[in-house]
Amino acid sequence: MSDAFALFGLTPRFALERAALDAAFRAVQAEVHPDKFAHADAATQRQAVERATAVNEAYQTLKAPVARGAYLLRQAGIEPFDPANTRMSTAFLMQQIEWREQLESATDVAALEALEKRIAAAARDHEQRLIRQIDAEADRVGATETLRELRFIEKMGEEIQSAFETFDI
Amino acid sequence: MALLQISEPGQSTAPHEHRLAVGIDLGTTNSLVATVRNGISVVLNDAHGHAILPSVVRYLDATGHTDVGQSALAKASEDPHNTVISAKRFMGRGLKDLPDLALLPYHFVDAPGMVQVRTVAGAKSPVEISAEILKVLRARAEAALGGDLVGAVITVPAYFDDAQRQATKDAARLAGLDVLRLLNEPTAAAIAYGLDNGSEGVYAVYDLGGGTFDISILRLARGVFEVLATNGDSALGGDDFDRRIYCWILEQAGLSVINDHDKSLLIARAREAKERLTDHTEAQVTALLTTGQFIDLTLTEAHFNQLTESLVAKTLAPTRKALRDAGLKPAEIQGVVMVGGSTRMPRIQAAVGEFFSQTPLTNLDPDKVVALGAAIQANVLAGNRLGDDWLLLDVVPLSLGLETMGGLAEKIVPRNSTLPTARAQEFTTYKDGQTAMSLHVVQGERELVADCRSLARFDLRGIPPMVAGAARIRVTFQVDADGLLSVTARETQTGVEAHIEVKPSYGLSDDEITRMLQESNAHAKDDVAARQLAELKVDAGRLVDATRTALTTDAALLNPSEQAWVAGLVSGLEGALQGDEGAAIKRAYDALNRGTGEFAARRMDASVRRALTGHRLEEF
Repeated sequence: MSDAFALFGLTPRFALERAALDAAFRAVQAEVHPDKFAHADAATQRQAVERATAVNEAYQTLKAPVARGAYLLRQAGIEPFDPANTRMSTAFLMQQIEWREQLESATDVAALEALEKRIAAAARDHEQRLIRQIDAEADRVGATETLRELRFIEKMGEEIQSAFETFDI
Repeated sequence: MALLQISEPGQSTAPHEHRLAVGIDLGTTNSLVATVRNGISVVLNDAHGHAILPSVVRYLDATGHTDVGQSALAKASEDPHNTVISAKRFMGRGLKDLPDLALLPYHFVDAPGMVQVRTVAGAKSPVEISAEILKVLRARAEAALGGDLVGAVITVPAYFDDAQRQATKDAARLAGLDVLRLLNEPTAAAIAYGLDNGSEGVYAVYDLGGGTFDISILRLARGVFEVLATNGDSALGGDDFDRRIYCWILEQAGLSVINDHDKSLLIARAREAKERLTDHTEAQVTALLTTGQFIDLTLTEAHFNQLTESLVAKTLAPTRKALRDAGLKPAEIQGVVMVGGSTRMPRIQAAVGEFFSQTPLTNLDPDKVVALGAAIQANVLAGNRLGDDWLLLDVVPLSLGLETMGGLAEKIVPRNSTLPTARAQEFTTYKDGQTAMSLHVVQGERELVADCRSLARFDLRGIPPMVAGAARIRVTFQVDADGLLSVTARETQTGVEAHIEVKPSYGLSDDEITRMLQESNAHAKDDVAARQLAELKVDAGRLVDATRTALTTDAALLNPSEQAWVAGLVSGLEGALQGDEGAAIKRAYDALNRGTGEFAARRMDASVRRALTGHRLEEF
């Protein structure tokens, strides 16, 4: 993939103005989408599919905080999700256990919604930390740990979403 | 000095030529065709002034003559085995996928891939039956517009899986239609609404048709329709409400055994009762059965609501899921668009209104809105630009994946990924010396392969023998703008490449389509080769024009030797076009197409740069 930030004319950093990304995504996609070339020759159509696919992929990468953070670290030569690296603070491990227990004991939508709020707050807190660690301090070791915690928080959020479905009939 | 017009890249080189294109809503119960005339989307009527064509095909005799629409529907109870209603429910489906078989009066044949219906004209697949409906609409459009169509946008339920989409595309090809795009029905409806009202914000489209239910959440912002999430049930619709009434009639009349004629009759009466309850508080059900039994019952609105309450609830669960996937709460939805004849039911409108805490939008005819939106998209895709630019970004409705050890489904493309999309994943061998690998492509959200839809199976052969786990098989899923999938697999590590493209097992091969076309086409004597040559020449001519235009406007993107090379390829194709030798034209055409790939890429980069810096040419 060519540089995801450059594709949208954005500065490569973790802090991101979502509205600017969305606007750039729409502007770029409007130029390359296959629908704009429905009657063009096969070479152009193939190019359009490839470009539009790459634009969608870059947008997904930049939109999601975990993917964006991982992308920036990988560009700096660090693999944040190296399976050999299992370091995680005791405090965060305790926090994980607490969230898990809350998820398992949730018996109604209200309990899930309360947990969802706590998780969202933790995610925001980690994102602020990443802005500092990646953009200001270039603290790659610290950023890697924060990112791995944020990835856990994101997965936790997905589990909460699927738990909601068990209450739908 | 004369001013010369130069078209923008990607645009038609002949801006004044209006290309005839239509939007077709191929519905479970009814089908419609619409087109854009003088900038306004209109539904095309038949010779009797009817817009709606009931999606009913009756096979009249062994030679395959058919009757389609209202007159076929009228004979449904008289000739139930040869009159196919709601064929869309069987598209891309095997016999085991069909619930309620006992309620259907057809003689099904379990053909490989897709079920068939045995009629007086032989076993017919849902693809062939749907093609009969599309042929009637095509003829109607060509008569109304006075010319050949360049293509059609055909709508499908957003929740249709790959097999159902492929079947729909095959039906269109069988009817001689060039498919510009398969468009999701809720998205089509949003286009019709959005462009009408110039709205911005997040909208929900609740689409309950005859046999399918879709819910889509879309964001409309500055000319872009972005589908955020979609969900639904491809086997839930107005037909199910009819069946609830039908079962109630059987129970009330104490009937357990019933012949196919009476079955069709009572299902028709059930549907009439449902429609009457739209604006009445009770409906009378009367029927004289072939057994001489007379049925006379009264169904009240309250009792109907009770009979169908679980069906209404079944539409709200996918609605909640779609909202969650979009990360939104009901209160964040700006408007709710109602689509599909079944949304006329007062109980549905009340339930949806209650869920979103707002009155749903019903100002466009729910039966026509999908066709109207499809026509607008067809007009754009055919190259007849509207004044304002807009773009549609749709999503994959159901996750796509591969079967792994233990019968588990590994998701590769997650649901609600924006189209077009490509995802790759690496797999490895599990036995020493393994030289082949069986790949099974599945679609669905469940963990077990057995609970997902099987789309295709293929083998990757020629893997060099290695110890278990050493091979690196990279499997790439590409989903195009129509939502159709192709899968490729290659062993990367050794440089040995095996490359396979799969089509779902339900898809028909080009040869099969050609054979079916020849069998069914009344003009089978038409020289197929002559027609192919004519089409090739038109395409080639268009490519020459487009490349010449591009060389004029964007010459700066190529160095002189590249310019000369492309110009040489253009001359080569022009030379071939002087003659009538198909193979030579095709060679020169392909050479030019390949040769301009890099040029096309640079022109796209240039247009992206212009868009990002905001210096669009029209601003100067």
